[in-house]
Amino acid sequence: VHLDPELLSRIQFAWVIGWHILLPAFTVGLASFVAFLEGAYALTGRHVFLHLSQFWLRIFAISFGMGVVTGIVMPLQFGTNWSRFSDAAGNVISPLLAYEGLTAFFLEATFLGVLLFGRKLVPPAMHFVAAALVAAGTLSSSFWILATNSWMQTPVGYEVIDGRFFPKDWLEIVFSPSFPYRLMHTVSAFYVTTAFVVLGVGAYTVRRGQFMTEGRMMLRLALWFLAIFVPLQIVLGDLHGLNTLEHQPAKLAAIEGLWVGGRGVPASIIGWPDQAAERNLAEIAVPRLGSLYLTHSWDGEVKGLKDFPPDQRAPVAVVYFAFRIMVGIAMLMLAVVVAGLVLMARGRLDQARWYLRLCQIATSLGFAAVIAGWTTTEVGRQPWTVYGLMRTADSVSPSLTGSDVLVSLLLYVAVYLVIYPVGLSVMLRFVWRGPIASDEAAPVGGGRSKSPIEALAAATSEKPT
Amino acid sequence: MTPTLDLVPIWTTILAIGVFLYVALDGFDLGVGMLYNFAPDRSARDLVMNSIAPIWDGNETWLVLGSVGLLAAFPVAFAIIIPAVYFPILMMLLALIFRGLAFEFRYRDAEHRTFWDHGFAAGSALAAFAQGVVLGSFIQGFHVEGRQFLGSSLDCFTPFSIFAGIGLIFGYALLGAGWLVIKTEGALQEWARALGRRCLIGTALAIAAVSLWTPLVDSHIAARWFSFPNIVLLAPVPLITGGLIWYAWRSLGNGSEYAAFIAGLGLFVMSYLGIAISLFPMIVPGHFTLRQAAASQSTQAFLLIGTLFLLPVILLYTGWSYWVFRGKVRSDIGYH
Repeated sequence: VHLDPELLSRIQFAWVIGWHILLPAFTVGLASFVAFLEGAYALTGRHVFLHLSQFWLRIFAISFGMGVVTGIVMPLQFGTNWSRFSDAAGNVISPLLAYEGLTAFFLEATFLGVLLFGRKLVPPAMHFVAAALVAAGTLSSSFWILATNSWMQTPVGYEVIDGRFFPKDWLEIVFSPSFPYRLMHTVSAFYVTTAFVVLGVGAYTVRRGQFMTEGRMMLRLALWFLAIFVPLQIVLGDLHGLNTLEHQPAKLAAIEGLWVGGRGVPASIIGWPDQAAERNLAEIAVPRLGSLYLTHSWDGEVKGLKDFPPDQRAPVAVVYFAFRIMVGIAMLMLAVVVAGLVLMARGRLDQARWYLRLCQIATSLGFAAVIAGWTTTEVGRQPWTVYGLMRTADSVSPSLTGSDVLVSLLLYVAVYLVIYPVGLSVMLRFVWRGPIASDEAAPVGGGRSKSPIEALAAATSEKPT
Repeated sequence: MTPTLDLVPIWTTILAIGVFLYVALDGFDLGVGMLYNFAPDRSARDLVMNSIAPIWDGNETWLVLGSVGLLAAFPVAFAIIIPAVYFPILMMLLALIFRGLAFEFRYRDAEHRTFWDHGFAAGSALAAFAQGVVLGSFIQGFHVEGRQFLGSSLDCFTPFSIFAGIGLIFGYALLGAGWLVIKTEGALQEWARALGRRCLIGTALAIAAVSLWTPLVDSHIAARWFSFPNIVLLAPVPLITGGLIWYAWRSLGNGSEYAAFIAGLGLFVMSYLGIAISLFPMIVPGHFTLRQAAASQSTQAFLLIGTLFLLPVILLYTGWSYWVFRGKVRSDIGYH
C-alpha cells in the first residue's frame, strides 16, 4: 500500500481543525451571550440573568479549556506538515497569526480569570466589562485567523520573489476580497450555533419542569435572537457566495456542480457529480435558475468546471454535497425558528412538548452546518493552499514519509476520541444539574474535592469586599 | 528608499525573551505536574495541583507566541526546524492536551480520576522530555538542503537528544520543586525540598554532561569556548553555574523559601546563555544565521508596531495575576 504523505497530511489537518473549530463555533457565541447576560444583570438586577450567566460560565470554562489545548496544535501543523507553505507564505501570514495570539489570547486569559474568580471582588458593572472583553477577545481571534484564511483564499497585496510571497500592502493583505464576507458569515454562524445550543438547553430545562424561569428565559432569548440571525445568516451566505463567484470561480463551479458554463445556466438541486465523466449523474436541475440567483439575471454568464483544466478543479462531489448539507441545515433551522415564533405568538411555547423535543434535537444543527460550511470553503480551495498560486502538493513538508504521517494521524484520532466524549459528558452533567447558583450547586457530602475554579470562587467570596 | 532601522537584533531579543519566558513559566508548572504523582496522598495532590491551576493556561500561551514568533521573525528557521522534530512536537502536543484537560476533568470526570491523575503526571513528563529532544536535536543540527529539512523524521532521536530530554525532565522538576517550596508549608514543603535535592543532582549532572558533550561533537563549539581569549572571557559562565548549584543545594536545606526557585531559574538562564554562546549567530545551526533567516523588513516592522505595545501589557497582566495568587496554597479554602 502506498501511503501518500500529502493526502495523509490533509486528512490530519482536516481532523484536528474539524474538531477544534467546534469549540470556537461555540465559545465565540457563548462569550457574547455571557456578556449579554452580565449586562442585563447589571442593568436590571434580575437574578435570572445572574443564574444563567453562572450556569453558562461553567460550561464556557470547559469548552474554552478544550479550545486552548486543541488550538495549540494548529499553528504547529503549519510547521510539522506544511513547511514549504510556511517558508513560502510565512512573510505574509505570520504577523496575522501572531496578532491573533497577542490581541486575543491575552484579552481572553486576563478577563476570563476575572469572570471566573472575581464575582465578589469587582462590582457588577466591572464584571460585565470583563465579560465584554472576553467576548471581544474571541472576536479578535476570529478576525485574525479568518484574515489569514481569507488571504489564502483570495490573495492580494503581495509580490512573489523566488517562489516566495512578500508583503507589499498590509491593508490589502488583512482586508483581502473575501475577508469581510467570510468574517461576517463565520461569526454569524458561530452565533447561530451557540443560540441553537441555548435553545436546546432551554427546551430541556422547560420540559423537565425545574428552573422554569431560567428555562423560559433561555428559550425566548434564543428564539428572538435566531429570528433575526438565521435569515441574516442566509443573506450573508448568499453574499459570500457571490463573492466566491467573483474571486474563486472554480470553487463556485464545484459548489454548483456546474460542468458546462455559459449564459442561462441551470441550478443543480441534487445529483452525483462524476469527476471522471465530467457530468452529474441522476441529476435534478432547474433550467436558468443558476444564472438567476448567481448573477440576478436570466442569462447571466457563469463559468463551469470545464472552463478550468482538470488539475485545477477541487474534488467536486465533496464540495457539492457539503454545500447542500449546509443549505439544507439552514432550511431546517429556519423551520424550527418559524415554528417556535408561531407557538410563542399563540402562547403555547412552553407546553408544546413535541416542539421542546425538536429543539433538543436541533442543538447540534449549528455544529453540523459549521463543519459543512468549512468543508465547502476549504475543500473548495483545493488543489491550492494559496488560491491559484501555490499548490497543496507543493506545500507539504518534503521530509515526511507516508508512515510518519499515518502514525501521527492515528495518534491524533485516538486522543481526540478520548477527550471530546469526556468533555461533552462533563458539559452535559452541568446541563443535567441545571442553572442554579454555584454555591447551591456545591456537591452535598460525598467528600468530592472542589475543582480549582470552585475552590477559588469560594475563597474569593470569603474576602472582605 | 528611506534608510530603515535594523530590526533583526530587536526580534532576536524579543524571541529570546519569549522562549525563555515559556521555558521558565511552563517549565515550573510542567515540573509540578511531574512531581504530582509522588505526593503522599490525595489532599497533598490537590494542593500540588491547585498551586498552578490559575496560571498554567497563561504560561502555555507563551508556547503559541514562541512558535508563531519564530515563524514571523525567522520563517525559514520555522520551516526547517519544526518538521525536523516532527515526532517530538507530536508527543509534546498530545501530552499537553492530556495535561491541560486533567485540571478540569480530574474533578468533573471523577469516575476516571486515576486516569486523569496519571495523564497529568505522565503528560507533564512527556511534554518536558519532548522539549528536551527538540533542544538536543536543535543543538546538533539538521540535514538541510536549500531551504528545507530533508533528513528523516527519526533523525532527531539521538543519544544526545534523548539525554537532553531526560536532562530537561530533571530541570523542570527542579523548578517545580522550587515552586512548591514557595507555595506549600509543613510536611509537604519538606517533601518538596527532599525531591528538589534529587532533581538538583539530576539537573547538575545533565548540565555538566551536555557542557562536555557539546564541544566534543562540534569542533566549532569547542573552538568558541576553549580558544584564547574566549576561555578566560567565558569562564564566568561555568563558574556562576557551579555557584548556583551550590546555592540551590543549600537553599533546599535551610529555611529560605524563594531562594531554591530563583537559583533554579538562574541555572536555566546560564544554560540558555551557554547554548546561545555556542550557537550564535546561527538560528539553524550550520545553515542559516539569524540575519539570513530573518523575515522581510516589512513583515518585521508590521508586527513590531503592535508587539511593542501589546507585549508590555501582557507582561503586566502576567505579573498581576501572579500577585493576585501569591502566598501559600491550601485545600480547605483554596487560595487566600
